[in-house]
Amino acid sequence: MSLLRVDDVSFGYARDRRILDAVSLEIAAGDTIGLVGESGSGKTTLLRLLLGLQRPASGSISFEGAPLDPGNGAFMRSFRRQVQVVFQDPYSSLDPRQTVSSIVAEPLRSLRVPGDHAQMVADALTSVGLDRDAGRRYPHQFSGGQRQRIAIARAVVPGPKLLLADEAVSALDLTTRTRIVDLLRRLSAGMSLVFVSHDIGVVAALCRRIVILEKGRIVEAGVTAAVLANPQHPYTQRLLTSVPRLKSKDTSP
Amino acid sequence: MTALLDIDRLTIRTGTTALVRDLSFQIAAGERVGLIGESGSGKSLTALAATGLLPAGLTAQGSVELAGQQVIGRPDHVLDRLRGTAAAIVFQEPLTALDPLMHVGRQVAEPLARRARRDGRSLSGAALEEAVLALLDEVALPDPARIARAYPHELSGGQRQRIAIAMALACRPDLLIADEPTTALDVTTQAEILNLLDRLVRERGMALLFISHDLPVVANTVERVVVLRKGEAVEAGPVSTVFGAPQHDYTRSLLAAARSFDDALEGRA
Repeated sequence: MSLLRVDDVSFGYARDRRILDAVSLEIAAGDTIGLVGESGSGKTTLLRLLLGLQRPASGSISFEGAPLDPGNGAFMRSFRRQVQVVFQDPYSSLDPRQTVSSIVAEPLRSLRVPGDHAQMVADALTSVGLDRDAGRRYPHQFSGGQRQRIAIARAVVPGPKLLLADEAVSALDLTTRTRIVDLLRRLSAGMSLVFVSHDIGVVAALCRRIVILEKGRIVEAGVTAAVLANPQHPYTQRLLTSVPRLKSKDTSP
Repeated sequence: MTALLDIDRLTIRTGTTALVRDLSFQIAAGERVGLIGESGSGKSLTALAATGLLPAGLTAQGSVELAGQQVIGRPDHVLDRLRGTAAAIVFQEPLTALDPLMHVGRQVAEPLARRARRDGRSLSGAALEEAVLALLDEVALPDPARIARAYPHELSGGQRQRIAIAMALACRPDLLIADEPTTALDVTTQAEILNLLDRLVRERGMALLFISHDLPVVANTVERVVVLRKGEAVEAGPVSTVFGAPQHDYTRSLLAAARSFDDALEGRA
């Protein structure tokens, strides 16, 4: 069954300029999808629509069969618990004045999740590879990769069905990036993942399905391995040939 | 033959903390060298030290010779003669490197006129304007006359970086220092800018110091690399040797990380 369904959605701030144009997308339970695009492709706007932070100008978005309605408080509270997000910059997305355990507990408080919050926070920290001790410290005491782990712990603590990640590893060093990708891959065994990124290599390593966005339109979508092996759209082909590879140009196929 | 840039046991400190320690490498005329490292490895500080641009509060010890002249400890009025002529820098973020209140044509004209003055020529008026347009054309900007009259905010990221490159070229430096010049750009734009840099460096016979955290980008751009980790060079040598048979564990871990994404793209993951 589809978890989140985007049906013919368009969006624009000005009438004559569409940021998103007739986008349709289905996110099945347990799937991992990479939304790939460059600046101005509309990928972040699409993510905002998926989060219910913005309403589409036309078309519809539904979650587990019910229309996404940002005006419906009760619906949104349950939606927020099911759909969580991790942003690009772990430095600006964590409150510097709160301890890590208070930061991670925030969704539990604001969404009024019942249960033993301290235990849930401890479990979330363990699940992202941080020790229990981390909870007593403050964000500035952690490295960029560890801060992104804290942000991920905050996202997974209410037990979401879907995790949305917006360029979640783009600000990280290469070696840290592979570790966070490994973590997201492990977590995605228990939830669906929508991974928004300009980095097609990371998406190739992490996502079963891939959606290529160009100027607000989906130009190609499918199973990642198939799309990469045989890209159909000229833009996908250009993206792929533009990615620098480790082996020198003359030896690559 | 003496090196264009000769860095010998360079140590950069803030207070008592060493940010770069005992770093030595040389760049000969026309040579392309990559400085690889993750955040905090000291690669950008090294670029700044090479041109005497370290911020106040940081002290450099050791020796940095640029075009045969010692850089460390020299006052700005001495170094100013060297900057531009011996080495020019292209930074990561063209939006902060460009003056937002000045037409980009004028920003390219300034270093052009200065270089002409240094060479004992005078360049102004129509001749200067013509030289600006020729330079914009050389960095493959479309419609140079229109672009010259634009402000930085009216241009795309890739176009801005082309302007920054044109400004560096206007100095006619022997060494071009590029500090993460494509990191802020989209991947398709990055490919264009890398091709442009490659062409310009070859055509003009410039040496290149290319600073990046991105191994594949470095591998395709330079001949020799220095791998920096926490301010220390852990490995150096020709690209094929360092990337083909890395000696240091850190280099190996960087390569394994880069290769994991490469392999995923090739369907080997």
